Amino acid sequence: MTTNGILQLLCYFVVLLLLAWPLGGFIAKIYAPQLPQSFRWLVHLERGIYRLCGIRPQEEMSWTRYAHTVLIFNLLGLLAVYALQRLQAWLPINPQEMIGVPPDLSFNTAVSFASNTNWQAYGGETTLSYLTQMIGLTVQNFVSAATGMAVLAALMRGFTSREASGIGNFWVDMVRSTLYVLMPLSLVLALMLASQGVVQTFSPSQSIHLIQPVDYDSSAEKKTATEQVIAMGPAASQVAIKQLGTNGGGFFNINSAHPLENPTPLSNFMELLAILLIPAALCITFGKFVGDIRQGGAILAAMLIVFIGLLSVCVWSEQAGNPLFDRLGLATQASDQSPGGNMEGKESRFGIVNSTLWATATTAASNGSVNAMHDSFTPLGGLVPIWMMQLGEVIFGGVGSGLYGMIVFAIVGVFVAGLMIGRTPEYLGKKIEAFEMKMAAVAILTPCLTVLLGTAIAVVSEVGLAGIANPGIHGFSEILYAFSSAGNNNGSAFGGLSANTPFYNTLLGIAMLLARYWVIVPVLAIAGSLAAKKSIPPTAGTLPTHTPLFVILLIGTVIVVGALTFLPALALGPIVEHVQMIHGR
Amino acid sequence: MLKELKPALWMVVWMTLLTGVFYPALVTGLAQLFFPHEASGSLLRSGEQIVGSSLIGQPFSDQQYFWGRPSATTPMPYNAASSGASNLGPLNPALAEAVQTRIAALKESDPSQMQPIPVDLVTSSASGLDPHISPDAALWQTPRVARARNLSVQEVLQLVQKHTEGRTFGILGEPRVNVLTLNLAMDRQIFKAHSNGD
Repeated sequence: MTTNGILQLLCYFVVLLLLAWPLGGFIAKIYAPQLPQSFRWLVHLERGIYRLCGIRPQEEMSWTRYAHTVLIFNLLGLLAVYALQRLQAWLPINPQEMIGVPPDLSFNTAVSFASNTNWQAYGGETTLSYLTQMIGLTVQNFVSAATGMAVLAALMRGFTSREASGIGNFWVDMVRSTLYVLMPLSLVLALMLASQGVVQTFSPSQSIHLIQPVDYDSSAEKKTATEQVIAMGPAASQVAIKQLGTNGGGFFNINSAHPLENPTPLSNFMELLAILLIPAALCITFGKFVGDIRQGGAILAAMLIVFIGLLSVCVWSEQAGNPLFDRLGLATQASDQSPGGNMEGKESRFGIVNSTLWATATTAASNGSVNAMHDSFTPLGGLVPIWMMQLGEVIFGGVGSGLYGMIVFAIVGVFVAGLMIGRTPEYLGKKIEAFEMKMAAVAILTPCLTVLLGTAIAVVSEVGLAGIANPGIHGFSEILYAFSSAGNNNGSAFGGLSANTPFYNTLLGIAMLLARYWVIVPVLAIAGSLAAKKSIPPTAGTLPTHTPLFVILLIGTVIVVGALTFLPALALGPIVEHVQMIHGR
Repeated sequence: MLKELKPALWMVVWMTLLTGVFYPALVTGLAQLFFPHEASGSLLRSGEQIVGSSLIGQPFSDQQYFWGRPSATTPMPYNAASSGASNLGPLNPALAEAVQTRIAALKESDPSQMQPIPVDLVTSSASGLDPHISPDAALWQTPRVARARNLSVQEVLQLVQKHTEGRTFGILGEPRVNVLTLNLAMDRQIFKAHSNGD
């Protein structure tokens, strides 16, 4: 790896932590009952929304009511996105005259955006009208992220409240997350992106005379193109929230590799920061909220360690490149004049380092946007994003969902430690008992089961195998990737897989629903159960949860579950492919 | 559960207005006000005519032009109405075949060029619209373009350098050459040379 490469990565981590620290403290304040004086001017808007919706913000919800509210709000959002796609041909703001989207694809996309997955079986610029993108997808980008943050707020209250029957009010948590965090950050980021060249316009596509006409084959006919049609649209506003809300669904088909969605190294840096910013900040929020910043610090440290470990593998593997290119006598050494390495499916302005940093960050967080094609990565370079997702999207993870997932792993961690020393486990002053453990098991095992079962169904069915693009082992990896992505609400893909078929649209849609709501409900159950408990003061026998020892325990729990569950599948895919590659097949 | 239905319905409506109408409209207004050129696609004009976008590459295969990254968009390369990648896996025989074909075409374009070909010049980009190549990839093509245009290598190199962007702040991203603006400048250069000669 070049010195510049190391410098770029260092620069990223330093700026990320510098921004996450103050943001985390800020977010902790908005989940307190009384907002600080400094945002009084926005409070009128917040109160107005409650009044217009007939909501009593002081009302505490039990965990079951909180869960009902989450589910019904998400269901309505899902139905709205479905209806918009089906009806877009008759609706306004459709300059490219897009036709209605077929039912299976509409279902998949609606689930995908409501569940914060943002898996894309459609191509943005060829399928959806500007209206659908705006009032369908952009809205879900906001509220699905806000839903994740709200569930996290409820879980944090589970630790701080004593013998309480309620865990907060979903509407308040959701509206405040949107109004005070997601909207202001998105507005700033969208304008910064527009300054770099991300398009933000309602004009239709732009036709241009090519300098040199190009010959091409279209259905076995020789044709010549003299024009280039450049797709446009209100992209910057959507790209900003897609990154900040760990959504990841691109405005254009090829996502953040598209020059009009991510035009410069600086826009790339800003989007990369936005991917991990809120998930990292929420660790600080957690520490502040439970009154011991070290608790959040320990979780953040565990995330960073796993992240840097896997990132190194990805950078190394992609820079080492494909032996094929060396056999063909190409220049593959990295220098200040050439990126070298495996440049298939990567953009010149990003090169190897920024493509691999993005691939690792986007799968660590449940973001799923891409600036390089993971399908064309080297086998081990592609293993990193697959495994990152399979770890359960808890290394940073989605906004809110990453941290509540990690807290579930922490609960399992203290339970395992409790077994070792023969004491009732406790976490942050709350006893961890059978009910919490059952719920934690459901939350951890549902995504694992979804990934493996989904992959198994697809590889034994003809319609599943028909979607494969690359021959051999790599075809299996494509399917494993798709279900790892949907089954953990990530949304990125080995893009070769033809996933826009009724089979994949339905099965992946179901996987996304299971992975999102079969985790949210048990997490809320844990929150409700913890909130009802007494808080017990720590004793000499309590395992401290802010020490390096706990960090190791937490990493161990995540890695052991992830490795035991998925190593066999990974061995059949990327690992065998790597062996084939280094032996020149 | 039904008790929450009414607030949920209204919340969907108000959130849609706030984040789906007000927010994109505000961003569009501000972006068009402060960055009208960038927010409208960074279009390049030659007189009245729009000749391209500095961010979107175009296909080139003539000897007298620099060639960009191979593009996998369909049905034609550099189709900016439908971005797309090859998604070829590292061991896919189709990848080896495609790269070999591109190597052969480059070698045929300049049999006297003995330097190894930079890898980015024969591997397809992610978007299929990549406007850039590496400085090495431009350097490799310089003798051919100079010959085809009856210019000295030095003259062409000067233009290449003018269209090379370094890393942002000396750190971020990769150094790169914008193929489209470079080729446009080459055409203008020819035009200038001719008008001077007349």
